[in-house]
Amino acid sequence: MTVPGSKSETTGKPAVSGKKTHTSHAIAVIGNPNTGKSTLFNALAGMNAQVGNYPGVTVEKKVGRFRFQGREIQLIDLPGTYSLSPRTADEMVSVRVLLGTQKKAEPIDGVICIVDATNLDRNLYLFSQILDLGIPAILVLNMWDEVLKRDIAIDVQELENRLGVKVVPTSARKGIGLDKLKSEIVSLVENCSKADFIPPKLFPDSFREAKEQLQEEVEKRTGLPLPHFLAERLLLDVHGETEREVLKEDQSLNSFIANLRTELASKDCPIPAIEPRVRYQWVKQTLDGLVTKPEQVLKTKKDTLDQWLTHRFWGPVFFAAIMFLMFQAIYTWAGPLMDAIESLQEMSADFVMDLMAPGALRSLIIDGLIGGVGSVVVFLPQIAILFLFIAILEDCGYMSRAAYIMDRLMTRVGLSGKSFVPLMSSYACAIPGIMATRTIEDRKDRFVTILVAPLMSCSARLPVYLLMINAFIPNDSLFGTWIKTQAIVLFIFYILGAVVAVPIAWLLKKTWFKGEPAPFVMELPSFKLPSIRVVFDRVYDRSKAFVMRAGTLIFLTTVVVWAAGYFPGDHQKLDQVDAQLEGGTIEEGSPAEDQLQEQRRVLAASLLNESFLGRAGHAIEPVVRPLGWDWRIGVGVLASFPAREVIVGTLGTIYSLGGDVDEEDPQLRDRLKSARHSNGEPVFNIPVALSVMVFFALCAQCGATLMVMRRETNSWKWPIFSFTYMTTLAYLGALLTYQIGMLFIKG
Amino acid sequence: MPLLSELREGDQAIIESVDGTDSIAMRLMEMGLLPEEPIEMIGRAPLGDPLEYRVSGCQISLRKVEASRISVRLPTQ
Repeated sequence: MTVPGSKSETTGKPAVSGKKTHTSHAIAVIGNPNTGKSTLFNALAGMNAQVGNYPGVTVEKKVGRFRFQGREIQLIDLPGTYSLSPRTADEMVSVRVLLGTQKKAEPIDGVICIVDATNLDRNLYLFSQILDLGIPAILVLNMWDEVLKRDIAIDVQELENRLGVKVVPTSARKGIGLDKLKSEIVSLVENCSKADFIPPKLFPDSFREAKEQLQEEVEKRTGLPLPHFLAERLLLDVHGETEREVLKEDQSLNSFIANLRTELASKDCPIPAIEPRVRYQWVKQTLDGLVTKPEQVLKTKKDTLDQWLTHRFWGPVFFAAIMFLMFQAIYTWAGPLMDAIESLQEMSADFVMDLMAPGALRSLIIDGLIGGVGSVVVFLPQIAILFLFIAILEDCGYMSRAAYIMDRLMTRVGLSGKSFVPLMSSYACAIPGIMATRTIEDRKDRFVTILVAPLMSCSARLPVYLLMINAFIPNDSLFGTWIKTQAIVLFIFYILGAVVAVPIAWLLKKTWFKGEPAPFVMELPSFKLPSIRVVFDRVYDRSKAFVMRAGTLIFLTTVVVWAAGYFPGDHQKLDQVDAQLEGGTIEEGSPAEDQLQEQRRVLAASLLNESFLGRAGHAIEPVVRPLGWDWRIGVGVLASFPAREVIVGTLGTIYSLGGDVDEEDPQLRDRLKSARHSNGEPVFNIPVALSVMVFFALCAQCGATLMVMRRETNSWKWPIFSFTYMTTLAYLGALLTYQIGMLFIKG
Repeated sequence: MPLLSELREGDQAIIESVDGTDSIAMRLMEMGLLPEEPIEMIGRAPLGDPLEYRVSGCQISLRKVEASRISVRLPTQ
């Protein structure tokens, strides 16, 4: 058997008929999960992959490049999978890319299949399907360092001979074999054509005949030729995606396919069981005598470490400890970094202030641009820390154990264990939480998790809770001295979102995302030390994705809200006051300065009152009255739809304090307490404060989350749906809270 | 014929058949849970479900529902 790709056939000259003549070539990268595929991708292509989406599906399109021996190679990353039998439209994307029929993807010149070299028996299943595609291929035996460490012997040369393709051992984590792989890829695109890759004959003759009949029939009825690989899939995948697409063209093919399948079953070729049978048989034959594993590798008991980590008692204890540590880190480690970003933001605002005279342009730069960019960047520390944890847990193999431990609990809601960590992460911030749902393969489970994630009480809700609780909840002691009512109220609000998420998730699983529960067939990879490079790559990738894709849109929303709050008022007087204040002629702390400051506050508040935002506040007053709110709270809530923590600043402005307040500012608290309706009644009481808090607990007031949702689901439908259901829920929740609360006060 | 879900920790068995032709059954077979393949039950999650098995050199977790679709025979029989 000759090895396609060996230099014997041609002398390395391209441009033989049918081959590409330009210098850039596209190579698809595919492999089982847990084979280090993305690490290898990054090791080959560096960190500058372009990330986008394929149209109409949630699959991420990731393209990287490298140059080697004067050739430019484009690498197209495909999602990790155990098999190429497409069951959903998402899984069909990989098949289409490989066949060269995917929209927004250029035809590929070859494919590299990454397998875990320590477990070839299983991993070659996918490779046997790749061979069926009949395209130039290279088999990459990754994790070669583990093979050496465990004293496993693999006859690579003989494996190449038997497979008829190049086999390259690598270790992406240790950087072994990468140049060899690059040079094999270059020689693959230079020397090989599809004609060199004839699929092995795995299936019995009866199957091949049936397949040919099917190809003829489909071409006769639809006028389109059905490629060999898709014909196989159409016959093998009962209720699969190929079947769905072909039947959409011609429903009557259904009975034709059913007849072929029954006929095959009678010839000892049962569909679909025949496929794993013949493929694994082929794998066994191919590997026969090539792999020798030492006795102890075959017989190892469950790792001692694993035994502890999934132990009946210690397993959950350790899990809780890890989750607590992660949660704590996001809160505490991110704090100083977020403060640093905020002070940097202030410094640049001050810098611009010194440079420019007061006016619309300056306000746009300071409040719109710097404020907008800041509101994006300020999330970065939390995102990076969460992904640092997730990357470490994933890379060392603990993540699948976490899913394993939590699965039973999560199935009660209709989800699986894999949803737990993303939901837990959403407690810090829904953005990384939603991004973390990538680890959930089942589309329905993933979408339900994405849709309930924003209900978890994220850290941006904390300022609102603190402000309201400090101002309006009496700090009495309960049950002795150290349980305080304020702490209990805070705790209740922390779990409120999760409690509400349970029936919502259940409902979603019963309605839109109905269907058989996703199987929990999951590999528990063996534990290993996390690699710094892998962890760093992942944190960098996710952080970059957040800034690049969500950032631009969050920024735009902030600018729009700035404009609504700025226009159409006449800012001349305010600008004059500002100029006086900044002129340097007034002494700091002098009564004259206080007077000007007070004048500034009143002017700012009245301008906001007259702005589009203020007018909208007055317009919605009838809507928010039943919640116990006045128009000023209404405006605050409206302005905080892009980012909920904005409410503190906006309330400050509206209750004529100027924008620069935070939740610890005693003045704001006092102003809220003394705020009066026109009839002299206080605006705030306990039911009003609780109603505002309930609204913030349940509402989707976070533009960034909605943008990330749009990116992850590749559709506007789901962010719009989330926004609608959460806002409705928030309104009803606040309404009930206020009305019931008032009954207590009056009663 | 015992079911895979009925094995106790440490039990070794050989897979007889995988029940059904739906996507779950296919997924199980693609993961290497094939007739005549030896399999060992190695543990269960703290809440009793899912279960953990070793098959063809890998640790795999399955829920009870999924494991009860697989018939096994004990090697001595």
